[in-house]
Amino acid sequence: MIQKIKQISRKKKDSKHKTASDTAQKSGKKGDEIIIELKDVWKIYDMGEVKVNALRGLNVKVYKGEFLSIMGPSGSGKSTAMNMIGCLDVPTKGDVFLSGKNISYLTESDLATIRGEKIGFIFQKFNLINALTAKENIMLPLLFQDMPVDERKKRAEDVLQMVGLGDRMDHRPNELSGGQQQRVAIARALATDPEVILADEPTGNLDQKSGASVMDFLRQLHKDKGTTIVMVTHDKNVAGKADRVEVLIDGAIVDNKKKREVL
Amino acid sequence: MIKDYVRLSFFNLKRRRLRSYLTMIGIIIGIAAVISLVGLGEGLRNFVTAQFNIVDADVITVMASGTGNGPPGTGVVNPLTQKQLDRINSVNGVDVAFGRLIQLGDYLFNDKRGFTYIASIPAGEERKIVYDIVDLKTDEGRLLKDGDTLRIMVGSSFKDNDESGKRVEVGSKLEIEGHDFTVVGVLEKKGSFAVDTTIIMNEEIMREIFSEVGDDEYDVIVAKVKDGADMKAVKQDIEKVLRKERDVEVGEEDFSVETPENAVKTLTSTLSAINIFVYIIALISVVVGGIGIMNTMYTSVVERIGDIGTMKAIGARNSDIFVLFFLESGLLGMVGGIAGIILGSGLAYGLAAIAGANLGLDISASVSPMLVILSLLFSFIIGTLAGLLPALQAAKMNPVDALSESR
Ligand SMILES: Nc1ncnc2c1ncn2[C@@H]1O[C@H](COP(=O)(O)OP(=O)(O)O)[C@@H](O)[C@H]1O
Ligand SMILES: [Mg+2]
Repeated sequence: MIQKIKQISRKKKDSKHKTASDTAQKSGKKGDEIIIELKDVWKIYDMGEVKVNALRGLNVKVYKGEFLSIMGPSGSGKSTAMNMIGCLDVPTKGDVFLSGKNISYLTESDLATIRGEKIGFIFQKFNLINALTAKENIMLPLLFQDMPVDERKKRAEDVLQMVGLGDRMDHRPNELSGGQQQRVAIARALATDPEVILADEPTGNLDQKSGASVMDFLRQLHKDKGTTIVMVTHDKNVAGKADRVEVLIDGAIVDNKKKREVL
Repeated sequence: MIKDYVRLSFFNLKRRRLRSYLTMIGIIIGIAAVISLVGLGEGLRNFVTAQFNIVDADVITVMASGTGNGPPGTGVVNPLTQKQLDRINSVNGVDVAFGRLIQLGDYLFNDKRGFTYIASIPAGEERKIVYDIVDLKTDEGRLLKDGDTLRIMVGSSFKDNDESGKRVEVGSKLEIEGHDFTVVGVLEKKGSFAVDTTIIMNEEIMREIFSEVGDDEYDVIVAKVKDGADMKAVKQDIEKVLRKERDVEVGEEDFSVETPENAVKTLTSTLSAINIFVYIIALISVVVGGIGIMNTMYTSVVERIGDIGTMKAIGARNSDIFVLFFLESGLLGMVGGIAGIILGSGLAYGLAAIAGANLGLDISASVSPMLVILSLLFSFIIGTLAGLLPALQAAKMNPVDALSESR
């Protein structure tokens, strides 16, 4: 599988999609450039009677080429934070910068375009479209980017090979194991060559073994291609696979002293 | 790109096959009702028009209808004359009028005796006009021309009928009223009993062998009306002229002036009464079908909230989601329409065939391509209209809320 990742790194020159490794090389040493920055981000859910403060002044910087994990207990605001980082939602207060550009005031349509081009999501429950085969699932984000069908097929086949599911292209999600489904989801996230991969509890629905295998794969991807990965999890061991760990409690990142206590 | 959306939509419909079919029932019934009844009505209209043996709608037929009130050549009638023909020819709006003889006569073929209508064709320029108006064409041989004396054309039933042990064909000899005639042409089948069993000969020879017909008398006068002239006014003018010429009062006419409209009109008005009824029923079932589609689409949107969230997360714009559901709904309508068209056509042609066989008539339904295209378009539009609101709802869904359904 690891060799396959290396193979796939070669890319068609004419493709408008840049690989993460290409861009990482261009920007020089990894860790310099901030791709995403959340500045004093608040998310308040107004439930009528009560207001839920899901995020309370969250500050996060995501550096190009790093593997960051955000760890926190259930209900601490991890998924909400992920929505902000992934341009799925805009803050009630505060700003989100993507490649230096403030996206907090963009329209839904602009956000969708940004998501399609720059973000690759991996979810706890895989979120594959059950009506479609593995290959078709991977072609879908490319369809939304108006890529011609031949290119889409080729690309989907390439990434499926890369995650080691070359022999499962025409299987539906319900014909695949949990671990295989998550690998299809990873392939889908990689298909568009995003700037950053966002994983929300990627091992949460998997058994020990397939969870470990998915984590190994993400690590390898990061190592070989320099893909920027942000992962949220409640699991200390899973979080530990990343280069850098931040701890989120009650909607904010805790200081280093508290972090040492937790880890 | 749209092709992929269509494919995706088809896919979703196929996955819920039973529900899709149930949803389409209203549309299917509505479209099938329209197709079958309009198809049958159109077929009936074609049949009746063929019986009147007139293709051009701008032709007026005048017949003497004496006390006998039977077909021409029977009963006591005051015949139409050359003078009356001349008068009709000078009526404003009449392009050209000419007379024809139509007599019952007997013939001998292969030693078997038969009895049928024998009709005349005028000579010269008028011959062409008659051929044109009645749309006479031969299946075998040729049409009669000026100078053909002991020659005839026969209707298609002569060729089809072998009761006498032999079929009539080009070159066959028929003895009519004691004279030997040679067949030079067999006419195309018209679907009209009257035409298909008729023997046609030139007027000159016909006057000779039917000596009881007066020299200046005609059985039928056919008037071709000028383009753009008012059919009804011309008809009234002809009636006025004939009343004067034949010295009869209004209401006591011993002649009839028929426009093809007249004849077909009765049928048409009956048909349109039925049609209105059918359209109302069809409209109701299509509207009910549309509501069914809307209901199904709302259900489908709710069922797929998670998918919608996922698609938005991976870059689907609101317009992408809208197109997806909108197309799906339109397809639901159109596939229902296709099923309705197939069912309706089957019904129309089936019923026409059964009726035709039982009545011994040559009736066939007629489902025009236009009707099919309009039905398809209509069912697609109903589908998309029904899908408009559900598709908008899906498109406007907040991605985070939608995703939380499947997170
Ligand atoms: N759509 C929502 N409406 C209201 N409250 C919400 C919504 N989404 C999340 N919350 C609340 O915000 C807090 C953080 O939620 P979440 O980000 O999902 O946490 P985590 O992913 O860490 O478990 C929780 O208290 C949760 O109940
Ligand atoms: Mg969560």
